[in-house]
Amino acid sequence: MLLKKVKIRLSILLALSVLSVLAIFLLFKVLEDNVLYFYSPSEIKNSDEINLKKRIRIGGIVKQGSIQSSERDIKFIVTDTKNEIIVSYSGTVPALFAEGKGVVAEGNLKDKKFFVAKRILAKHDENYMPPEVEESLNINAK
Amino acid sequence: MLSNLGNTLIIVALLISFLLVFFSFKEFRTNNNSIPGKIYKISLLQLFFTASSFIILLLAYVLSDFSLANVYENSHTNKPLFYKISGTWGNHEGSLLLWINILVLFSSLFLFINKNKDKDFKILTLLFQNILVIIFLIFLLSNSNPFSKLFPIPLEGLGLNPILQDPALAIHPPLLYVGFVGSSIYFSAALAALISKIDSQSLAISIKPWVLVSWFFQTVGILVGSIWAYYELGWGGYWFWDPVENSSLMPWFVMTALLHSILVLERRIGLYSWVIVLSILTFTMSVTGTFLVRSGILNSVHTFASDPSRGLFILSFLIIMVFFSIYIFFKFAPNESKKYTIFSKETFIIANNWFMIFFLGVVLIGTLYPVFLDTITGSKISVGPPYYNLVLAPFLIPLLFLMTSGPNYKWISHETKSFFDLVLVLSVILFLITFLLIKESSFLLNLILFFSIYLIIQTLFDFYESFKKKNINISRIISHLGFGLLIFFIYINHIFSQENNFNLKLGEIKKTDQYIIKFENLEEKSIKNYKSIVGYFNISDKKTSITKELKPEIRVYDKPITITYEASIESNLFSDTYLTMSNISETDVFNIKFQVKPFMNFIWFSVLLLSLGGLLNFLSRNKNEKN
Repeated sequence: MLLKKVKIRLSILLALSVLSVLAIFLLFKVLEDNVLYFYSPSEIKNSDEINLKKRIRIGGIVKQGSIQSSERDIKFIVTDTKNEIIVSYSGTVPALFAEGKGVVAEGNLKDKKFFVAKRILAKHDENYMPPEVEESLNINAK
Repeated sequence: MLSNLGNTLIIVALLISFLLVFFSFKEFRTNNNSIPGKIYKISLLQLFFTASSFIILLLAYVLSDFSLANVYENSHTNKPLFYKISGTWGNHEGSLLLWINILVLFSSLFLFINKNKDKDFKILTLLFQNILVIIFLIFLLSNSNPFSKLFPIPLEGLGLNPILQDPALAIHPPLLYVGFVGSSIYFSAALAALISKIDSQSLAISIKPWVLVSWFFQTVGILVGSIWAYYELGWGGYWFWDPVENSSLMPWFVMTALLHSILVLERRIGLYSWVIVLSILTFTMSVTGTFLVRSGILNSVHTFASDPSRGLFILSFLIIMVFFSIYIFFKFAPNESKKYTIFSKETFIIANNWFMIFFLGVVLIGTLYPVFLDTITGSKISVGPPYYNLVLAPFLIPLLFLMTSGPNYKWISHETKSFFDLVLVLSVILFLITFLLIKESSFLLNLILFFSIYLIIQTLFDFYESFKKKNINISRIISHLGFGLLIFFIYINHIFSQENNFNLKLGEIKKTDQYIIKFENLEEKSIKNYKSIVGYFNISDKKTSITKELKPEIRVYDKPITITYEASIESNLFSDTYLTMSNISETDVFNIKFQVKPFMNFIWFSVLLLSLGGLLNFLSRNKNEKN
């Protein structure tokens, strides 16, 4: 009698743990497929494996004097002081987007020199530098 | 002068808190049956001194006393009075002082209001709560003192970030803080309950009002934050699954689970340990949220100027708190036997808990995974809406179904079946009508739509029934109706939202599928602390030929020099028309984002309804106690 109870409990426990392992595995699978990777212009230049179809984020400093508006879109150059990439975007930009300031753009690469942004990220603080941008700038400064 | 006064008040408050901890400790397990009067007096004194210190800081902001570094960094003489006041908690130091004030307020309120007879339980709750007060006071004094002096005294302050000068954002932090910090009191009470071994019913009665209050404020706080993001950030969205938003949502999931578990605990013996675990988890999640926001390790649209030492302090506190709680739990946890069958109301309530914990897990993983990956491999990633939508959406279906049938489980078996069928038939008809209007092909989305309608109809019937019968939980009905409506309107909003991005010069016309947008005029104005460039746009609907005037603004604030883009939103009952403009190249080409967002007001209203249920439950409870 007691043995039977223990058996039932054990099987419930086993089923639960198998289920939760499965759930966590699936969760991470979905997570892996849906994360956005961040690259600096230099990383894009040096990397061979960036998938053009996959949505990514890029970031750096908006180059001085590089912003151009036409009737169709805005173009500007994102730089990490070593390499540059041209970004094309249509729509409004968040406040605090300006030449010489840090920026993060989300979208797809057309090729290694040209990026089509779907979204430009907003920031709260005028002194704030996106952590990824700051780090990639520090690496290039060395 | 205010700086010295503030510092003195804080130090006195700290000493009083030590005194309170000391006397509580001495009082624990003595033979007295009641808490001595001096503890009440000390608690009042503590409340007086912490509140005064906050008022002093408030005064320093109102008077623009720039001898305080905190005021200098975050205020300016030209700022409107309202934002001078809200500037008090618009920064890390000031908000920490607010945090401490709420800790102390809840400590006193619990001592004075809670009617629990068990002295050891009360005195231990007070003890734990005041240990928290001491820890945060030391943190304030050593690392984040809002009363730090500045010399020489500057003539003018640096100003508050204009994007934060907004009525919604002025009240957003205090609301969320009552939610976040409010959870501290049931954290303390849970630990106290374990040690003093009070029975499950008195535990449930003791913590229920506090859970309801913090849940209500948390819900409203999240709502106000969402509304702010909607009209101020200029993207036209209201929820971005941003890590900081997630930080406020995670405690909300646990609070919601706790709220439901307490319902079981109140009536039956069971779930005692589980309620304690949830109480501890809620506050843990609140502190985790605070850590994530303040340490600056998250890449987020919301940022505080971050300081690693702050993060380190909160992280150490978090780890110690968790281990201490686990120790107390395993040392004192009671043995429980389950006493309910599978098909009872309890099972449904526990089902709610499984969903909430699952949602918590999903959001927690999504929020923390980038941080871990960065630490381990150095690659930078962010987790966006697709992950959350994909993982959470399918689970909404069983959740909605359980919310519909769960509360009526016992009730249905007593009634004739016809009522239930009427609800189902009505839901199917309404669903088909909506389906024909929308023609959405996704099976999953259609299921969500159907079950949200089903929940709405069922709760409306329950509402009608509740007028006939007396023993029906009206607050449950209102909250569940709110949730059903929320899912329904988010869905409709998602389907019918339109967005167009384009560039225009003054005088030009843009035609979209349904609208004609004309850029009519541009005007410059000078207003108190900013310069404003206003665009005049005429929007006409091709089908109905209704026209609307929208006036988006570009504001250039002078202190500090900052540009903001103010969206122009024409909001009527069923639909919002949303337009923002920016000009980054300083040419005559303006960048326009034009959106039509149906049922936005209904989304806000649904959340309000959801929170109202909690408030009603809290109020009706108090009334019952008085009778």
